[in-house]
Amino acid sequence: MKIDKDCRYAETHEWVRVEGNEAVTGITDYAQDQLSDVVYVELPEVGDSFAKGEAYATVESVKTASEVYMPIGGEIIEINSELEAEPQLVNEDPFGAAWFVRFTIADPSELDDLMDADAYEKFIAAEGAKGGH
Amino acid sequence: MTEPLIFEISSPGRCGASLPACDVPRTPLPAGMVRDDLPLPEVSEVDVIRHYVRLSQLNYGVDKGFYPLGSCTMKYNPKVNEVAARLPGFARTHPYQDPDSVQGNLTLMFELQEYLKELSGFAAVSLQPAAGAHGELTGVLIIRAYHQSRGDSKRTKMLIPDSAHGTNPASTSMCGYTTVEIKSDARGNVDLEDLRAHCDDTVAGLMLTNPNTLGLFDEHVLEIADLVHSCGGLLYGDGANFNALMGIAKPAQLGFDVMHFNLHKTFSTPHGGGGPGSGPVGVSQRLAQFLPGPIVVPAMAEDGWVGGPAEHADEHAEEHTGKHTEEHTEECHALRLAMPKHSIGRVKSFYGNFGVLIKAYTYIRMLGAEGLRQASQDAVLNANYLMHRLKDVYPLPYDRTCMHEFVLGGPPPEAEGVHTMDVAKRLMDYGFHPPTVYFPLIVHEAIMIEPTETESKATLDAFAEAMIKIAEEAVIDPDLLHSAPHVTPVTRLDETRAARRPRLRWVPPRQD
Amino acid sequence: MTYVPHSQAERQAMLAAIGVDRVEDLFADVPEALRFPKVSLPEPLSELEILQELQWMSESNADLDHYACFLGAGAYNHYVPSVVDHVISRSEFYTAYTPYQPEVSQGTLQTIFEYQSMICALTGMEAANASHYDGATSMAEAVLMAVAVSRGRRHKVILSPTIHPEYRETVRTYTQGMGLTVVGDDPGKLREGIDLDLEALKALLDSDTACLIVQNPDFFGQMESPAVLQELADAVHEAGAMFVVSADPISLGLFTPPGDYGADIVVGEGQPLGNAISFGGPYLGYFACKDQFKRKIAGRLVGETVDTHGRRGFVLTLVAREQHIRREKATSNICSNQALCALAAGVYLATLGKRGLRTVAELCYHKAHYAASQIAALEGYELVSKEPFFKEFVVRFPRPVSELNSYLLDEWGIIGGYDLGRVYPHLAGCALLCVTEMNSKGEIDYLVEALATANFQIEGSAGSREVGS
Repeated sequence: MKIDKDCRYAETHEWVRVEGNEAVTGITDYAQDQLSDVVYVELPEVGDSFAKGEAYATVESVKTASEVYMPIGGEIIEINSELEAEPQLVNEDPFGAAWFVRFTIADPSELDDLMDADAYEKFIAAEGAKGGH
Repeated sequence: MTEPLIFEISSPGRCGASLPACDVPRTPLPAGMVRDDLPLPEVSEVDVIRHYVRLSQLNYGVDKGFYPLGSCTMKYNPKVNEVAARLPGFARTHPYQDPDSVQGNLTLMFELQEYLKELSGFAAVSLQPAAGAHGELTGVLIIRAYHQSRGDSKRTKMLIPDSAHGTNPASTSMCGYTTVEIKSDARGNVDLEDLRAHCDDTVAGLMLTNPNTLGLFDEHVLEIADLVHSCGGLLYGDGANFNALMGIAKPAQLGFDVMHFNLHKTFSTPHGGGGPGSGPVGVSQRLAQFLPGPIVVPAMAEDGWVGGPAEHADEHAEEHTGKHTEEHTEECHALRLAMPKHSIGRVKSFYGNFGVLIKAYTYIRMLGAEGLRQASQDAVLNANYLMHRLKDVYPLPYDRTCMHEFVLGGPPPEAEGVHTMDVAKRLMDYGFHPPTVYFPLIVHEAIMIEPTETESKATLDAFAEAMIKIAEEAVIDPDLLHSAPHVTPVTRLDETRAARRPRLRWVPPRQD
Repeated sequence: MTYVPHSQAERQAMLAAIGVDRVEDLFADVPEALRFPKVSLPEPLSELEILQELQWMSESNADLDHYACFLGAGAYNHYVPSVVDHVISRSEFYTAYTPYQPEVSQGTLQTIFEYQSMICALTGMEAANASHYDGATSMAEAVLMAVAVSRGRRHKVILSPTIHPEYRETVRTYTQGMGLTVVGDDPGKLREGIDLDLEALKALLDSDTACLIVQNPDFFGQMESPAVLQELADAVHEAGAMFVVSADPISLGLFTPPGDYGADIVVGEGQPLGNAISFGGPYLGYFACKDQFKRKIAGRLVGETVDTHGRRGFVLTLVAREQHIRREKATSNICSNQALCALAAGVYLATLGKRGLRTVAELCYHKAHYAASQIAALEGYELVSKEPFFKEFVVRFPRPVSELNSYLLDEWGIIGGYDLGRVYPHLAGCALLCVTEMNSKGEIDYLVEALATANFQIEGSAGSREVGS
């Protein structure tokens, strides 16, 4: 299970990478594995604002639709329009080419509530042991 | 073994229909309004018939074999129903004809309203909704209208068990309610404590399927009704599983305030490949005025009248049902269509899927009360028999007497890496249509089996033996399941590709 | 006759296997006091007996095989070629379920894919679903989709007053819990009886508008030119809203499709395409839209794909839109479609094809115009309709419409037009007449003759009339 050291993680399996006072977010390798083949990603519009924990996107597989949540709050400044034509990128490169949105950070202190890479690795190991999906 | 698309067998100049010549003077067509091209196929009648006959042969229907789809009630579709619906006196009537000229239709609808009332105990019925989901939307709108009429605007939530069909929460959202999920307990009943904790004056009601999607009759149904009613809410019944209850229990007596029927499940009208169905709604007396309409009422009835309490059903039944002879028709003529006094409005155009209503009516007249009770009893008998034949081979999450259907919890645990989907696909190689899979959501890898009453013991045994064989194969040779089906017209289809690159229509190949 | 095959011996064997004595024991979970209630229904009948009764019941109706029909208003008497019923009577089609297991449902799936394709061809749209319950609910679904496309930010729906009254009612029923305002269709907004004031509709557009809906040909049979409708579409798009058009599918055999004049969504009643008139149902609502909105379509969609051998096949697709996945977040609760009705429509369109559908439309056009001109020439009758119109037209009668229709029915065996005063109070005394390819010239002349005599035969006040021979 791939984990990106430079990201912080929400319990709902989103990653966030900070770049100055902007951030980029997407879903983790664990999340895409749970979803299996991603067929569509529904993204918000530039200019939309969301609070930490608020659903801002939806990921569809053949048989499911899952909400994606903002790991921290902010205003969307860019969306990854490549995902519309190439949803399989989410399965292939969840931390890189399949970023979902870039946004300005509303409150940097919200990052403190998130897990770092090591904590997230332990977290998904525990989830796996529960046998959940 | 693929059949070309109708567009691909098209040949310019062909036409499959014969039409009369124009026998009136022609009027010039309006300039600038006529289309240049109409890209429809051009085929002969022979082409049409062969194309559709060959396509039909790629299908599996109830007439071909066992179709144990849980919660769909794939019972045998009597052929007499098809004859009845095609009687020209019915099929060739226009909905806006003078009611006096279609008393035959109105009589059939009125009597069907009465029969559904009698079976369910409800005080009034509307036949207008076209499908189960349509009936659900109707029911939730009625609940909303009821609370609004009492100035009770605090009620913003609808309680829905976690085992419910997706149409339940979808319908409540359409009516502006928030869905609150209620847990099921270890025996598959609604968790009474969870329900009790959520019942307050912000709740519009509870949507309950009983028997539920696990095929289980809730052991606390009367307490559930009490809890919901005592906080001022209403109890909605999803009648998809009514095939277990005809002559066994009347939902109105169990405490339901409003319920939809699925005529295409319980009352033998054919599924048609996905429709048309019919989803009439029955209600208690206090909700009758909110029904969608128009409904059929005696012509002499007051405006807005929607029928008396179910106790008077016998009276009506005598007056308006029974053998139709010339004198009888003259006696009980004069029915009309009318809107209930505070109707939620019409939920579609015209009066309902009349052609489907005829089939349900015919079925009820042929079976009678005893026949319908027999049907429900045998549906439950068949389901329990099949469950007992399979419970030692497949995981059974709820080891209780089931009603007309039951749910298995996936392939045997010894079959590593084998999923419910693989079992389903392998069943096709044995000549059976698979059961419902992956529903309800509260059972992991669910397999929902509903045999219905029209299947013989021999068929049930054959199915059980196939399932047992597949369970063995799942352990010894799982690839046989992973690569199934093998003998069908097509093998497993790439659904990912269909969703990633949707091709929803034929597009002519580019002239390169 | 219960269609249950069990013998008593078999029942006993099954009960033994289950481990209970009697089948009644299987119902122990049902509260005892409420178990096995008395159910009073008529005594069961044999097949022979029920058919005799139904025959009697059906023959007590006046039906369109025995009466000349000039009634339309949303349900139409069109010819259904014999092949249609043959195909939909094949039990592989009608006793099948929804094609959730595609490997054994390619028949259903391919016919729906073909139907979707044909609807796109007719409407000039790029995506069509497998059908809704009828034209009215299809229009309601268009409203739901427009609101969803606006992400719930727009709450106003503009309806033309010349849309079928029952469609507008259905839209209001569907949306009554959604906090929307539905405006524009006050009958008083009609100029000079039946003319649509497009400027008044446009004036209602604003940044809160989710969609504006027109019907073309409208409820009265009147048509607007593509140029005028394109202008309306432009105004709607400028306001950021969606332009929805409801169109009779037969008319689309002849006239410019809404896709060519700016429609985003096209809906309508599919009954005229090969479906029996059947007292109002089952019918089917067709629904088509531009490609960019396809992921917001409600209802079933069939898509093309391949199997493990690379053979073409069809599956239900974009399933994650639907209620069984999205549940409370679904745009619509719709689960089923009118599959067999859509199959009938597909067979009809295949059978008639490019030339046949156009011919049917032309016959309707010419015959309606002939009838209108003949009636307009009668003393006491006034043609209210203006050009262009299709298949239906409005006539002001010299007598109350219900009286005249009773006369036509009883004395001449004619089912007359729709009494517009029932739904448009200012049109009391006007009837909406419909003429299709099913009405021969002789039949039309017969109607004209009946109307000519009606003016003189019916005396004065309601409830009393003197009728000549």
